[in-house]
This record gives sequence, structure tokens and C-alpha cells, in this order.
Amino acid sequence: MSVTLDIRLKRANKVYHEGEVVAGVIVLVCKETLQHHGISLSMEGLVNLQLSSKSVGVFEAFYNSVKPIQLISSNIEVAKAGKIPGGKTEIPFEFPLLAKTNKVLYETYHGVFVNIQYTLRCDMKRSLLAKDLSRNCEFIVHCQPQKAKVAPNPVTFTITPDTLQNTRERSSLPKFLIRGHLDATNCVISQPLTGEVVVENSDVPIKSIELQLVRVETCGCAEGYARDATEIQNIQIGEGDVCHGLSIPIYMVFPRLFTCPTLETTNFKVEFEVNIVIVLHDDHLITENFPLKLNRV
Amino acid sequence: MAAVQWRSRGRNYEAELQRCRPEGAPVEFGDYHPLKPIMVTDTKTRRGARKGSTSSSSSSSSSVPPDPLSSMLDGTDPLSMFAAASASETPTMSHSASTGDLGRKKKEQDEDAVGPDFEPWSSKRGEILARFTTTEKLSINLFMGSDRGKAPSPGSSAVSEKVRTRLEELDDLEEGSQRELLNLSQQDYANRIEELNQSLKEAWASDQKVKALKIVIQCSKLLSDTSVIQFYPSKFVLITDILDTFGRLVYDRIWTMCSDPRPLPDSFTVEDVNDTAKETCLNWFFKIASIRELLPRLYVEAAILKCNRFLNKSGIRETLPRLTAMIRGIGDPLVAAYARAYLCRVGMEVAPQLKDSLNCNFFDLLGTFRQISGESVQNQLVLQRVETPEYLTLYSPAISWILQCIAYRAPEILLTEMMERCKKLGNNALLLNSVMRAFSSEFVAARATDFIGMIKDCDEAGFPKHLLFGSLGRSLACSDPPESERLTILNEAWKVITKVRNPQDYINCAEIWVEFTCRHFTKREVNTILADIIKHMTPDRAFEDAYPQLQSVIRKILNYFHDFSVLFSMERFLSFLDMFQKDSVRVEVCRSIMEVFIKHQVELTRDPVILNAMLHICKTMHDSVNALTLEDEKRSLALLIIGFIRMVSFGRDFEQQLSFCVEARATFCNLEPVLVQLIHTVNQLAMETRRVMRGSHSRKTAAFVRACAAYSFITIPSLSSIFSRLSLYLLSGQVALANQCLSQADAFLKAAVSILPEVPRSISVEGKLRSSESFLLDFINNFLATVLVVPDHPEHGVLYLVRGLLNMVQDYTWEDNSDAKVRVYISALPLLAAMCQETYLYSIPKVDSNETLYGGDPKFLSEINKLCETLIGQILDHLKALSRDEQSTKRQGAVAFSLFGILLAHGDLRNNKLSQLAVNLWNLSHKHGHCETRISVRTLEYMKHQAQQPNMVHLSDTVQRLTLQSRT
Repeated sequence: MSVTLDIRLKRANKVYHEGEVVAGVIVLVCKETLQHHGISLSMEGLVNLQLSSKSVGVFEAFYNSVKPIQLISSNIEVAKAGKIPGGKTEIPFEFPLLAKTNKVLYETYHGVFVNIQYTLRCDMKRSLLAKDLSRNCEFIVHCQPQKAKVAPNPVTFTITPDTLQNTRERSSLPKFLIRGHLDATNCVISQPLTGEVVVENSDVPIKSIELQLVRVETCGCAEGYARDATEIQNIQIGEGDVCHGLSIPIYMVFPRLFTCPTLETTNFKVEFEVNIVIVLHDDHLITENFPLKLNRV
Repeated sequence: MAAVQWRSRGRNYEAELQRCRPEGAPVEFGDYHPLKPIMVTDTKTRRGARKGSTSSSSSSSSSVPPDPLSSMLDGTDPLSMFAAASASETPTMSHSASTGDLGRKKKEQDEDAVGPDFEPWSSKRGEILARFTTTEKLSINLFMGSDRGKAPSPGSSAVSEKVRTRLEELDDLEEGSQRELLNLSQQDYANRIEELNQSLKEAWASDQKVKALKIVIQCSKLLSDTSVIQFYPSKFVLITDILDTFGRLVYDRIWTMCSDPRPLPDSFTVEDVNDTAKETCLNWFFKIASIRELLPRLYVEAAILKCNRFLNKSGIRETLPRLTAMIRGIGDPLVAAYARAYLCRVGMEVAPQLKDSLNCNFFDLLGTFRQISGESVQNQLVLQRVETPEYLTLYSPAISWILQCIAYRAPEILLTEMMERCKKLGNNALLLNSVMRAFSSEFVAARATDFIGMIKDCDEAGFPKHLLFGSLGRSLACSDPPESERLTILNEAWKVITKVRNPQDYINCAEIWVEFTCRHFTKREVNTILADIIKHMTPDRAFEDAYPQLQSVIRKILNYFHDFSVLFSMERFLSFLDMFQKDSVRVEVCRSIMEVFIKHQVELTRDPVILNAMLHICKTMHDSVNALTLEDEKRSLALLIIGFIRMVSFGRDFEQQLSFCVEARATFCNLEPVLVQLIHTVNQLAMETRRVMRGSHSRKTAAFVRACAAYSFITIPSLSSIFSRLSLYLLSGQVALANQCLSQADAFLKAAVSILPEVPRSISVEGKLRSSESFLLDFINNFLATVLVVPDHPEHGVLYLVRGLLNMVQDYTWEDNSDAKVRVYISALPLLAAMCQETYLYSIPKVDSNETLYGGDPKFLSEINKLCETLIGQILDHLKALSRDEQSTKRQGAVAFSLFGILLAHGDLRNNKLSQLAVNLWNLSHKHGHCETRISVRTLEYMKHQAQQPNMVHLSDTVQRLTLQSRT
């Protein structure tokens, strides 16, 4: 006898805001009448923090992982113990999306050391002989759009051998001149990062031009804090020896889930940066870093 | 059974004919008669009448009736409209053959938006694949799923660490390994790509969307690899096929997601799309936006460009310029040019109204043009050992396509601007070439002189000039330049073309220009060009490698010159034909000439130039026939030669015609059908002579028709088919008889009889072995009918030919269990009966038949009767033999009944014995109940009817004695 349990949210994109109602149905499909000891549904929002082994000792990282922060937690009983007729049964439910007192609903974010996740969990208790059934369903929370207008704060840049820091032997560097601009460093998360880069000249042919999106996660606790920068994605915008003097568009869509509006709390921080990486044919790597501030409007 | 005495019934053919004719009742003018033509004239115009269905007012009048068929044909009839529609559809069909119904429907709609005058990509595809080939080894490098940079592992806490690693392991096992296939030949490569296409479809069908995406990404990544650069255009074609498939799959899937409860209309808007579909669509775009490498991201997004329709109105409008700008990031100019071509192609398909990004693409392309002479490209060329001119030609499909998209329904100003821009750039030969190929031929033709100037100014070292002239020639072949410039254009162009050294390049270009020359100039110019081609292609037997082009030259000339006297008066035409020295090609060329000749030569001809040339051509075809030639091939060659022979006529000069036939016989002796045709021609000639002389030959014409007969007589024996020989002997005999050549006719008929024993028992008809019996019976019946009018030879006995025939029939080895021999006997009886009449049923003017020779001599009649009695005796013996066997009763009945029929029709039943015999036969045929009652009843009715006539009263007695067997 097979039973399938599923949670279906009303909204196809599963995106909710604080104060809204998360509505949907629990779908049960079984061939014959099904006996159960109660169906319950719970909603939970958690921030998981983890210290990287780089910042702290290995063991410490293992045991001392910071306690998860609960943002939201509620539970309802959907059905009392009883029977469910064979066929497809849909049980509608509604949850108001409200934070626990003193807590803020952060936006959903899947990172490496910081994870903010919201889930619905449906449990069906059954007799001793049959296994209990449960089903998880993640939904996405977007924080309330920011009221104030976002000033785009564009930047222009020029990269030459002289502007570089962290070079080992400045003398062996080939000559090049790369200019460009970003349309905004104060970005709207739902809109792409745009700009232009122009290779004015370069002695060594260029192999590749890439945009590297980096997250900077900071976890703080009483003993201090750990700050780690990891790559989210790397997008190539120029391949091969691009035409000199021709502007190449910078364009990157911020990936969903892996980015959120820049976040700063007492316990943790999530920030973003973008690197413009130019790889020369002799495998010289030129990187220019730009901190970004992401906003939701 | 005692011998039966035969008495023929006297016949009065005239009176019988009169009785058979129904009485005619004259019809007065005003009377109604169903067959009288009803004359309807439409008072409306024809066009209006067709639109306005049946209610058009009509009135009768006596004017010429409009033929309903011809009125249908004028204008566009529905059938040709369908044909036209389906013709324009075919490219689309073939293009989307692999998609379902749904995809095809949409495809068609798109084509509508672009219009059928836009040359679709599918027609370019094959051309590119055929043109850009390589013998170098290729490699495919695919990393499936090991593309770590693309999908960063989300540190999801929902899935436990353990599970995740396990899943990853599985992933790796499944498709993680990097596959590199080296040393692939071009065909292998294409097969591999096709395999990938298949596995894409399979992955999609089995719901492995991620795998499908991975395949597409890996494929488009192959496009950044420019090793074996000569193959790049073909590679592009193969891989974009996969991208097209993918684009269609994604679009169709999202489309079906919205088709619940009812399918989306083709002109749907964003509001009609449900949230789930939108979300899925959005997911695709997010997924694609995170593809690491530039080229796959670009191509895959372009492939699903159309899906933007599901998300918002302006999506396509915004995406196209963005993608266009994105291409600037591609360093390799060739890769970039093809990426632009793909984008333009998708853009034209999805949103043909958005012209700006097309132009943008082109200007960007011009902007990056200097890269071609740049260091990285040149280094690469040195490494791959590719010359710059060859490298430049690799661009032409892409650039031509982009220009074609731009030029489609573009205002002239834009085109002129484009041209000006191209002019300004160095190295513009490549662009010029594409401009000429892509812009409408009218545009090019109108500026042909300008173009020639520009071509002349081009750099010699760059793009090969003969290609430029080739492109120009192609445009001029479709559209006409101003009348006054034509000769200058030809002169200027030919000046360059004639200087091309490489014979292959030369002929490729010259072949194109032949069309222009044929179109606008006379045979003199064409002749000059032919002479030039001969001059170029003869050294070192260069023509051996250029047969297709040379054939195409011939085809083009034949398209324009239908007057063969003009064609053959070109001095160089025949020497041009001499260049086709490979037998198969030679025959093919001759064949194509013959086909045109048969199609377009309407009038009979006696022009010695045509005859000589055609005889030469036909002889070439004929001489190609050897022991290994297939039957079909022989047949078709023979048909062509026959077509020629039928067109030859010397008018009243019959002797010349005969001597032509003599010559033709000598020339075409290996093709039997041709010989048969020649015999027919000569027979016709004899009859024509007779017609001209109104039946009475002069001494001269008599000699001529005898010569004709002699021709046939000596030609027929060389035929191998026995039945053609038989029928031709008979036919020629009839012709000779008609021309009063009695001894010749005798000889023909005698010859026919003498070869009868040679007839095999079975012959092959259309490859199957069949019994020859029915054919033989047919022939004998036909022969017998002719014999009636053949007068007996004075030196031979009475009825010499009939006896001879019957003797042959007697000796012939008939099939076992066959009544054929008896059937011949039965059918000989009516002939003999007819010979007894005072006046024969038919006769030949100026030829005295036996009726006149013997004048009803009783001796002659008794000879006939004796012969009849022998025959009847034989038949009765046979009937007796049949009754011995149970199984043959049915045959016995049939034979008996047919003999009864003959007796009834031709025998004199007043004679008691004959009458008794008839009754016996009737009874015999009904004895076993195999007779069809209906026929028996009919026969009885007929006899009763006949009995009403004064001299047939005796029949009523006979009828009394015939009993019908009841069915039970």
C-alpha cells in the first residue's frame, strides 16, 4: 500500500513576505483507505551559523558551531487521528508569516557558513506497523522592500600595471591599460549588475575576462568572529583576445537563494563583492575588487 | 462420326448492316435533344462568376460554348494554388521534420511573419555542409557534470552531509567523466553530434532536464574550438541544429504547461500564461545566466530566446541588444561572426520586426574586422597552415546570412549606407562578396557597373576575385542589369574571368556567367564563351575534374536556346561536347540534349545541321550500349532516339526520307525499339506515298513503295522478339497489299507463317514468364482476317496461305491440355465461310481478291467446303478425346458451344446434317451443366429473332429442338 504525501504552496514561485499568509494544500494520494494517528504541520525559520575550519581550530568548529537562531516556529494539527479515504485528498492550510517576538525575518539565503532557511514540515503519525510519513517543503522569504531610494553609486576604474597591489615582481609585468565602469555598486538584487570594460591595449593577448561574485560571511560570537570570503559564481564575459578599444558589456544576474540583500546583525553579517578578473595569455591574473551593497526595492 | 458436309450460309453484308442500323430521326432546330450542345454565356465577367457561385445569370445563345475545363484553367486553379502553397511549405517541413505537430505549426506561423521570399536557413544548411569539409582529424571534448564552477554546491543544511557526498558520487559515476574523442573523421564527427542530438532528446523525454542542459552547454562549448578551422562553418551548422532542438523542446514544454484547460492561442500575451509556467521559464533563464563560459551562455540563451514571450512583452526586445553586445566579448573574430549569424537567425525567426539589433550586429562585425589581420589570428593561421584567402572564405556564410537578414525588405537607403560602410573598410572584398550574395539581386544588378569597379579595386592578396565575380554573376543570373550596361558588364567580367589560372576556379566562375550570357546575348557571344572555356579546360585534360560544371553549362544553354538550328550552328557547341570524354557523363549530356530536343522541337525538321548533329548525339548514346547496359537504360535511350526519328521529315522528298531510314538503321542497329520504329516509319512512308498518289501508283512511285517493302523485309529478320517480327510482317504485308505489291505482300505473309513454329511456348512479359498462347491466338486471328483479301498466288494451289497456316498450326507443339489448336480451327471457319460469299465483306481498292479471281467457281467452293469439313472433323475428334476425361468436361462444353455459335452464324442450317450437328453440339455443351444459362437463353432469343426473317425461317425448327437445361 503506497501513500504519497506532498505539500503544495499556492504561489508557484514560493516567495512570501512578512505578514503575508502562507497558504497551500497537503496532498495525500493513496489507493485504499488509510488509517493514521494524526497529521500535523509545522513552520520553521532558522539561521544556521557555522564556523569554518580555517578561522577556528578543527575540533572547535565541529563542536562549537554556533547555535541556530530560530526566527519563526509554529505548529498546527491538520487532522486528528482517523481515516483518509482512498484516492486523492487535499487538505488546505494557512499560516500567517509572523516572526517570533524580538526576531526579524531575514531573507532566505543559502551560503556556506550562514544559512537562512524557511521550511514547512508535514508529519503523519501512523500505527506501530507502518512508518510515520513526513515531508519537507522549503519556501522563500523576501524581506520587505526598502523604502528609501537606492543611490546607484557608480564607479569607474582604470587598471594598469601601476594600479596593482600585491604584485610580486612589478618589473616583469606586461603593459596593459584596461578601463571600465560599473553602473552601480549599490545594486538592486532583482536587477543585473551592469557596466562596461574596455581593453584599450595589452602587450600580451588576453585569455579571458571574468566576473567573480563573492560572498563575505562573518559569524560573530563572544570569543571573536570569523570572516570568510567564498565564490558564489564566476561568469566569463570575454573569451580569447578580445578586440581592443571595443567596450565589452559587464552583465551578471544575481543568482536567487545564493544572494540576499546585504545583511548585518549582531551575530552575523552577509556581504557581497564582485571581482573583475582578467587572465592574460601567460596566465597572469589581474583582479580588481568592488564591494557591493545589495538592496531589495 | 461420319464426315459432315459443310455448307456456308449465303450472306448479304449490305442488307445485314442496314438491319443493324437503328433508324435515324432528324432533329429539328428547336427540338430538345440531350446531346445538343447547351450554350450558356455568362453575362458577368468570369472572375465575378467564379466568386459568386452558381447564381450567375445565364442565357442561351448560339455563340461558341465556353469550354468548362479551359475556363477553370485560366487564372489560378485551386490545384496549382495548392501546389504553390505546398512548394513554399516544403523547406519548413524538412526543417522541422523532427518536431511534433505543435512545433511545426509554430514554425509555419513564423515563416509567415517573415514571408516566403526570405530564403530560410534550412536551404543554406546543406550548402555549407557540402562546402566546408576537411580531411583533418577532429576531436570532441566533453566534460559531463564535472563543471564545478557552474553550480556552486549550496551549503544546504536540509540535506545531510553524508547524503550529499553520496549523491555527488553517483553524479560522477553517471556522467562525471571527461570524454575526449580524438582522431575523428568528419563523418564520425557529424555522427557524434547527431548522437548527442539524440541523447538530448532522450534525456528530455525521460525528464532529465539538467542532463539535457548539460549536453547543450557542452555542445555549444565546442564552438569555441577553432582547431581545424576549415571545418568550422560545418561544425556551426551541426551544433546549432542541436541548439534549435533544445530551444524547441523548452518552448514546447512551457507552452504545453499553459495549454491547460485549452491550448494557448498562437498570439498569446503574458497574461495568458499561468504562474507555474512563468516560474519554470524564469528558472531556465536563471540557470542559463549562471553558465560559467561566455559562449555557451550566449548560445543557449539565444536558443531559448523565444521563451521570453512567456515572461514579459519587452523581453525579446531587451534581450537581443544585450546578447548582441555580449558577442563583443568573443575574441576570435570567426567565432564571433558565427555567433552573430546565429543570433540574427534566431532574431529573424522570433522577432523579425526588430531590425536594430541586426544592424548593430553588422556594425559590430565591421568594428572587429581589423582583428582578422591581427596577430592572434595570423599566428593561428600559420599554425594551421591555412592561407588568408581560404580563411576569409570561411566567413562568407555567416556574413552573407547576417546581410541577408538585414537586407530583407529593407529600404534602399539602408542598403546603400551598408555598402558605403563596407567600401570604407580595408579588406572589403569579403564584405563585398557577402553584400552581393545577400542583397536582393535587383539591387545588385542595378549597380552592377559599380560593383565591377569595386571588385577591381580590391586587394589581390585577400579574397579571391573569381569568387567575387561568381557572386556578381549569380545575382545577374536572377535579375537584369540596365540594358545599356549589359555588354560592358560582360566584357569587364570576362576580362577578369579569362585570366583566372586555376581551371577549377575558372570553370566555377565561368559556369555562373554562362547564364547571364545566354539570357541577354545571342549565339555569337555564347559561342565566344564556349570557345574560351574550351581553351581553358583542354590543357592537361582539366575538363576531367570539371564535368559537373561543364554539364551545368550545357544545361543553362539548353534552357535558353530551344531553337536547335541556332544551337547547332554555334561552331563551338559540338567541340564543347567533345570535352565530355568520360562515357557515362557523355551519355548523360547527350541524353539531356535529347530531352530538351524532344520537348521543344515542335516542328518536323529536315535541317541538315540539326540532323547531322542529332545523329551524332544519338549515335553517341547508341554506342554507349553494351552487354552490361541495363534494360531500363536501353529502353530510355531507345525512347529518346525514337523521339528524334519521329521529328525527322523531308516533306515530299520521300526518297530522301527512306535513305535517312537506311542510314539510321545502320547507325542504331543495337537498339531494337529503334528498328521497330524505323520499320513503322517506312511503312508510314509507303502509305503516305499512296495517299499522295490517291491510290494509283505511277511507275516511279510503285518502284518506291516496293523499295519500302524491301526495306521492311530485310529489317524485320534482325529483330529478336518473335512477336514484333510477326506483327511487323503482318503489318508490312498489309501495307504492301494496300500498295498493290502482291508478291511482296505474299512474301511477308509467307515469312510470318514460316516463323510461326519458332514461337516459344512461354515468353517474358515485363520480367515475368507467361504463356505465349494468348498472344499467338491473337496474332493468328488477326492474320486470318487479313488473308481474306489476299488473292491466291497463281503458281500455288487454292487457299495456299490458309492451308500453310493451318499446317503450321497442326505441327506446332501446343501446350498439353490446351484447346488452342482447336480454337484456331474454329476461328478459321468464319474465314472460310466469308470466302464463299459472292461479294466479300471488305476488299482493297485496286487489288482483286479471290472473289474476282474465282468468281464463285464451284470448284473453288468445294475446295473450301472440303477444308471446312476436315476442320470440323478435327474439332469433333478433339471433342471426343475430351469426353474421355472427367475433368475436361467443362472445356468440352466450351469448345462445343463455340463451334455451335460458328455453325449458327456462318453455317447453312437448312442442311439437315449441319442442323443435326448443331443440335448435337448444343446438347453436348449443356450435358454437364457448365454452360451459362443466361448466354444460352440469349442465344435462343437471338435465333428466334433471326427466324423472323424470310430466308431464315428454318431456324425456328432448329430452336424447337434445342432444350434449355434447367438449373436444378
